[in-house]
Amino acid sequence: MKHIISMLIENESGALSRVSGLFSARGYNIHALTVAPTEDDSLSRLTLVTSGTSQEVEQIVKHLNRLIDVVKVLDLTEGLHIERELMLIKLSATGDTREEYKRLVDIFRGDIVDVTATTYTVQMVGKSTKLDAFIEVIDPGLILETVRSGTVGVMRGEKCLHL
Amino acid sequence: MTGAQILIHYLEDEGVEHLWGYPGGAVLPIYDALDTDAKNLSHILVRHEQAAVHAADGYARSTGKPGVVLVTSGPGATNAVTGIATAYMDSIPMICITGQVPTGMIGLDAFQEIDTVGVTRPIVKHNFLVKNVDDLASTLKKAFYLATTGRPGPVVIDIPKDVQNAKSTYAFPQEVEMRSYLPITKGHGGQIKKAVEMMLSSKRPVLYTGGGVILGDASAELVELTHKLGFPITQTLMGLGAFPASDKQSVGMLGMHGTYEANLSMHNSDLIIAIGARFDDRVTGNLEKFCPDAKIIHVDIDPASISKNVLVDIPIVGPVKQVLTEMLRILDKTDLTMDQEALDDWWLQIEGWRATNCLRYDSAGVKIKPQAAVEAVWKSTKGDAYVSSDVGQHQMFAAQYYPFDKPRRWLNSGGLGTMGFGLPAAMGAKMAFPDETVLCITGEGSIQMNIQELSTCLQYGLSVKIICLNNGFLGMVRQWQEFFYERRYSMSYMDSLPDFVKLTESYGHVGIRIDDPKTLQAQLDEVFSEKYKNRLVFVDIITDQQENVYPMIPAGAGLNEMILV
Repeated sequence: MKHIISMLIENESGALSRVSGLFSARGYNIHALTVAPTEDDSLSRLTLVTSGTSQEVEQIVKHLNRLIDVVKVLDLTEGLHIERELMLIKLSATGDTREEYKRLVDIFRGDIVDVTATTYTVQMVGKSTKLDAFIEVIDPGLILETVRSGTVGVMRGEKCLHL
Repeated sequence: MTGAQILIHYLEDEGVEHLWGYPGGAVLPIYDALDTDAKNLSHILVRHEQAAVHAADGYARSTGKPGVVLVTSGPGATNAVTGIATAYMDSIPMICITGQVPTGMIGLDAFQEIDTVGVTRPIVKHNFLVKNVDDLASTLKKAFYLATTGRPGPVVIDIPKDVQNAKSTYAFPQEVEMRSYLPITKGHGGQIKKAVEMMLSSKRPVLYTGGGVILGDASAELVELTHKLGFPITQTLMGLGAFPASDKQSVGMLGMHGTYEANLSMHNSDLIIAIGARFDDRVTGNLEKFCPDAKIIHVDIDPASISKNVLVDIPIVGPVKQVLTEMLRILDKTDLTMDQEALDDWWLQIEGWRATNCLRYDSAGVKIKPQAAVEAVWKSTKGDAYVSSDVGQHQMFAAQYYPFDKPRRWLNSGGLGTMGFGLPAAMGAKMAFPDETVLCITGEGSIQMNIQELSTCLQYGLSVKIICLNNGFLGMVRQWQEFFYERRYSMSYMDSLPDFVKLTESYGHVGIRIDDPKTLQAQLDEVFSEKYKNRLVFVDIITDQQENVYPMIPAGAGLNEMILV
């Protein structure tokens, strides 16, 4: 099962490699990883998507907590949460496909953010599964480039990940 | 004060007695400050950086205080890596200070530059690159705090040369606070109570204890608890000495080369009380077959050790000393009682296993048996020496035939299994306990991995005794090749060995060869007599080449599937 693990880490050089190093050293996989500063200059928020049995994920969380630069860890998938991913996808769009893609983008509530005579660049936000579904309906031969941000998320309601 | 001076003053204020190191370009300012500013801090110049780390490690294992190392950048740091990894695997408190090229040159592939923080990241509890001299003292404070609290471990501090030369003010930081590091100081009361109840309702219990008891200074509590419960106790390779081997409740070491009674007690138990042990693969054998009927209580300071290899019924995260004290307190006031009849039956069964006398060996013959050599060493030293070992057959023979009654007497690389550990580790213990007998049980393979330290021993008068079980083979490799590779002894024969007696003499020490079982004890008695009290003696004992370590659990087998002889 996929788990979204969200954490606050010290905003220091090397903190990210401690986290990624842990995953490679212990043979855990990372499907996606994203990290950026927060409103607190001293902290970064890191979100990663991994998979494993609940026992494996529990072990991952314990090992993350052991890292000195990791301040707080939360497995978002344990509770109600909101998750989002951003995708920019560049499509070859000529002739009939131009109209068809426009309709599809509307159905998926995406935006066409760049247009040339032969291409569309689509911006889409949603759960990773939604982005997957969009890619599914596009002829693979017409996808020129895909860039995905990796999932970020927060707990629903008043619950927060903070110090 | 310069950064280099701050470092020396800090180490003195922290109470560090010994600094094990080797100079080089990127630590010259520190070595200069050592010359000008050090008052009580003594520096020991080793002959290879790996040995500096092992020596600091041996000091830490024998005293409980953190070992401190100083090496230069690049090759100095990479040579230290094996030692740091050794300490990491066995959770030994250690501070390793490495020099680094000046900050402005980092990343430019400068002479003797290596990304020390990157290289050591997976083998340290934490590491630091100090970029600003103003942060140096507080970083040192954090490093000592991290190394010595919680689950201990090595911490590396990389200090660029310009930071060593830069000036700042110095005051010893009294306080340390790290928001992301809060070592656990207390086990969960409810869990401890549940554990005691489970202990008292068990019928075939066994205590399984490891190095955590020694690291947590909880031997006295463990002895009291074990006596109070009346349970059998088995100890891991790392835990030897925490509970006296001579006590009748001790069933010996468990695991791959553990005793028959220890492994069968584990396999047939209905409750395992694991304390400061981590269900290592050398202990559990095949996990599928591991202790099928046992419930498990696991006390450990590191949550990540719990349910890592084996699922646990009652986890207790906390310092062993506090948890055991709390268990004793609950035991004192509980109304629950043991099923004494069941426990008596259990002991009867265990005594039956013990009666197989699994450590017996055939001592007849013209060649010295390695087991007999270790037993003779035990007799000569009255079982009261500090004993380090290297890695291989001699290590297992030492663990089996030199029973320890006290903690911190047995110094060996259990986790990483580092050949070359023994001699420098013995140096560390000897530096800490100059009046005690310190010996290193080694083999002709392992000793050559850090033999250069004989020179350091002469310079600092470290009169350790080296017991080399010389069978001309990398014995453990040979044993596995005999069992599992149809006796194809590929590269396990040690050809072209030096004459260790002459070699030792050329280093200025005493070399003695023993090759006759009849004179073994008398010669060893002399080695450990007043005559050589202040001399390093290298005892080259020529042993039977065919001898194997038994009992043995082959890879993939369960604890009940031992090869006895």
